[in-house]
Amino acid sequence: MALSDADFDNAGRPTRRSVRAGDTHQSLLRYRRMLWAKIAFVGSLVGIVSYLLIDVEPRHNGGGWYGYTLGTLSVLLILWLTMLGVRKRLMTPGRWSLKAWTSAHVYLGLALVVIATLHTGFQLGWNVHTLAWALMMIVVLSGIFGVLAYMILPRRLGSNRDETTEAQMLENVADLDRQLLDAAQPLESDIAVFVQKAMEEDAFHGGVGRRLTGRHGGSATMRALAEIRSRALSGTNAAEEIYDRLDGLLSRKRAALGRIRAHLRYKGLLQIWLFVHVPLTFALLAALSAHIVSVFFYW
Amino acid sequence: MPTRPGVKVADRYRIAIIGSGPAGLSAAARAANLGLSHILLEKTDRLSDTICRYQKGKHIMATPSQLALRSDIPFEAGKREKILGLWDERTAGHSVHVRLRSEIVTIGGEEGAFGIGLADGETIEAETIILAIGTQGNPNLVRCPVEEGAAVQYTLDDPGEYVDEHIVVIGGGDAGIENALGLVEDTEQRNIVTLLNRGADFPTAKAANVKALRAAQEDGRLTVLGETTASAIGKHEIVLDTRDGETRIRCDRVIARMGSAPPRAFVEACGIEFLGPDRTAFPKLSPTFESTRKGIYIVGALAGYPLIKHCMNQGYDVVEFINGNSDLKPADEPLLEAKFRHLPISQPVEHWLEYLGSKARILQDLSPLQMREFMLDSEMHFYRKGAEIFAKNDPGSSVFGVVEGRVSVELSDTDRSLTQAIEEGSIFGEVGLVSGRRRGATIRAAEDTICIEIPRMAMLKLMASAPAAKRAVTEISTERQLLQMFGSGLKSADLAEVMETAEIRDVKAGEAIITEGDDGIDIFVIRSGSMVVEKTIGTKPVFLSYLPAGSYVGEMALLDNKKRTATVRAAIKSEVIRIDGRAFRALLENKPKLLDRARRDMAAREELNNFIEAKKDSFSSVVDMYSSVASFLIENGMGEATDVLLIDENLCIGCDNCEKACADSHDGLSRLDREAGTTYAHLHVPTSCRHCEHPHCMADCPPNAIHRGPDGEVFIDETCIGCGNCQRNCPYDVIRMEKVPPRKPGLLSWLLLGLGPGPGEPDRKWIDKRVPEDTAKVAVKCDMCAGIRGGPACVRACPTGAAIRVAPEEFLSIARLKEDTF
Repeated sequence: MALSDADFDNAGRPTRRSVRAGDTHQSLLRYRRMLWAKIAFVGSLVGIVSYLLIDVEPRHNGGGWYGYTLGTLSVLLILWLTMLGVRKRLMTPGRWSLKAWTSAHVYLGLALVVIATLHTGFQLGWNVHTLAWALMMIVVLSGIFGVLAYMILPRRLGSNRDETTEAQMLENVADLDRQLLDAAQPLESDIAVFVQKAMEEDAFHGGVGRRLTGRHGGSATMRALAEIRSRALSGTNAAEEIYDRLDGLLSRKRAALGRIRAHLRYKGLLQIWLFVHVPLTFALLAALSAHIVSVFFYW
Repeated sequence: MPTRPGVKVADRYRIAIIGSGPAGLSAAARAANLGLSHILLEKTDRLSDTICRYQKGKHIMATPSQLALRSDIPFEAGKREKILGLWDERTAGHSVHVRLRSEIVTIGGEEGAFGIGLADGETIEAETIILAIGTQGNPNLVRCPVEEGAAVQYTLDDPGEYVDEHIVVIGGGDAGIENALGLVEDTEQRNIVTLLNRGADFPTAKAANVKALRAAQEDGRLTVLGETTASAIGKHEIVLDTRDGETRIRCDRVIARMGSAPPRAFVEACGIEFLGPDRTAFPKLSPTFESTRKGIYIVGALAGYPLIKHCMNQGYDVVEFINGNSDLKPADEPLLEAKFRHLPISQPVEHWLEYLGSKARILQDLSPLQMREFMLDSEMHFYRKGAEIFAKNDPGSSVFGVVEGRVSVELSDTDRSLTQAIEEGSIFGEVGLVSGRRRGATIRAAEDTICIEIPRMAMLKLMASAPAAKRAVTEISTERQLLQMFGSGLKSADLAEVMETAEIRDVKAGEAIITEGDDGIDIFVIRSGSMVVEKTIGTKPVFLSYLPAGSYVGEMALLDNKKRTATVRAAIKSEVIRIDGRAFRALLENKPKLLDRARRDMAAREELNNFIEAKKDSFSSVVDMYSSVASFLIENGMGEATDVLLIDENLCIGCDNCEKACADSHDGLSRLDREAGTTYAHLHVPTSCRHCEHPHCMADCPPNAIHRGPDGEVFIDETCIGCGNCQRNCPYDVIRMEKVPPRKPGLLSWLLLGLGPGPGEPDRKWIDKRVPEDTAKVAVKCDMCAGIRGGPACVRACPTGAAIRVAPEEFLSIARLKEDTF
């Protein structure tokens, strides 16, 4: 009995679909051998060369057929780049991949700097037209920060996390606080105050600045630890065991706080630029509308 | 109780009944009622010793429920004590003549004048003998080494006797399950109980028992280890061989309930022949329960019927037969008649059963009585020529046997004329036994055909109780696997010699089937599980490649006449077919096309070998890295995965867009947890379905709602009843039990108007507010986005390329070393 591959007896092992959309192990920057980088580079090059070759009288100013072409191209690019926000959130079926979109978003966004700047004809001033250009530049710069963050931070985020989840990290801190409360019961009130303060310190202590820089020097946990150690050394206390236990717990709390703060810091840095990138994109769209309307109404 | 030891009532009894279990009691009561002179001989000093030995307070079930009870003694489900009391009372009421403490030593004489020699020297004369001794006196023993002094027992009288013990119960049958449940019933006893089951399912146990066991497991009252066997028993420890390798747990006592076999030596000494050579084979019996020695009748468990109701019916029937009532039909007759009524051939049930036994290979060694029981679960079908039996991709896990006629398998989706015949006596659909895959091909009747359809559980039960049936299924599926694997126009006949040498071997996780530097030339085909190939470089084993089930290995030494060049060991518990190298070489010599193929396969492997050899100095750290990453993935279930989601933590920005996309693509519930799971060398295995080769979740799904789709995805269909068995069975925790939330407002309403919870899984409060409290939870798991254009949403929605889906054989190939994405 000769059966073909299509047959029913295949030891229970399925055949697999061929490679699916975006399903190769490549980063967004290397997607399809940097296809979009090449397209963006060629596009920018064409822009620069044509800018040099085409003679616009009296000088390049964003107007005329050439200026309008660059302008239109820039607007279309900006609108398309904005659509990434929708694409990311709209989970429709189809052979698209967000990685491909992001790859194109990054490289075409860089090309936009060239195209839109050529559109200005380097005539910058204190007006709504230059405002649109400036906003665009800030959006792109924040985007570059984002790409750098995406390149550098994930591995640190992963190493720091070391298989624990955010919820587990928080639970770990809470658990240490419970143990501290137990251990601190026999303490005199003058030292108990330090432990109390240490227990009150949570991962979110401090503002956005501290969150992003990771500078949490002089925290209550550190002070309590220093106090415990100095007293243990000076031999003022017979209850060595309690001090040892507190020393251990506080050290662990310091480490646990360190880990979750680093975690929040990396996550913060991976997101903070979006707080510039996205709102300024909307500001850019508004300024752009003003720019276009003013150009056509008051020309 | 009228016991009169030593007093002979008549010169010669009409009937001597040996054994006072349910069958013997029922027979004696019938004989008493008919006024036949009789004697009931019992070895111990109480009636129904086996039932007495059931644990205290045990609830005895009355299955099969559709079967009517036919006996002078009542029986219905209830507590052990109540049933025994009732029986004692009725036995007395019927003036049954009992002789206790009467162990039989010999049976001499012949029909009409038997002499039964007892252990106390007495001889009892009888015209006919009914042997109803059951099988409990001959339990299957543990076969692994047992340290001296270790407590191993085969019965459990009173679970209340044991306190504060770590007890391991071996056996997934009714006895094992009931013992385990009895031991944990009273939590005050603080016993820590573990039940070992050889398979993943419990085919021989009653459904109600399995349900109770699952409930106890869920409450954490006991531990159930599936696909596990004991490999050594110590005084305070037991060594277990699990799916993933060896493990040890504390164990003060082992209760082994692995079934029992007929006391063959004694029965054979009585001059009675058996159906086959297997240890568990039953005696040959006529439809009136007469054995091959005229005048000796056999009923009950020894006849192959372990259920109490069957035994009692048979006790009644056999006395009627002996008394000359030849018209009496067995109690299940009407049920069976209904099964055969719609077939074109009309013949009595008895003939049908005989006919089935003679036609279908898997039913060959069953006694007529076993056949009857088996038929209660199965269905007969008649198909006109050309009728479709099942279509490709139909759900279904039953096995079909061709009783008469012939069926054809359609080999191609487009060309219906490309077919392959399956002949009378063979089976089809057996793939459903190992995995719940949908039907892989359309099958039609090639002529007018009669088939028997056997549900999956009944088939597993048959294979568990009839070794011959298991052998037949194994042989048929082995042959099909070999034919399919080697392809190249091979026919069944070509394989005859190879099949003769083929043997199936279980391989433990980590065990080597081929060792580098050895001389063997045998070929191994991986039937289930998977293997890793390693080569020793310097002193370290380096991972070369991964072999999934359905591939073969070992041909290099055979073709080249060289020593083994690499070691092949099992990644998880596996099953291989070992084929004798010489027989395979003979096959290759006759089939040049096959030889070509083998040479091509070998060339690819040689290239890989050479690559490693070449790289071993310059790139040793790279090879090391690769090798250790491969080991990590195997440890994390890649060994049995068919498609797994991996996250490259060098790229993952933690945006959780994969989870959001998953939720938005499937009813608003995410089927993956990105952050949880293990990580090695920046390669993260999140909690999400691996679509195992032999899915553990499928093992025990009451509505049979878990299937494997055409692309290999394991999915749960809408018939899920929310029992949670799959969630418990999954070793990777990837199944959630959740209430399905209502549809949320669209993206634009959220973006512009702030309506709804936005992309991703809504928070629990949002769901709870909108879903009625009494809504049943259902099991939720990844289906690889089957039916969604574009494929898995998690991968499509990853902005950086961190999320990838891979099959292990693609990912774990050394070719990856040449790429620098790693």
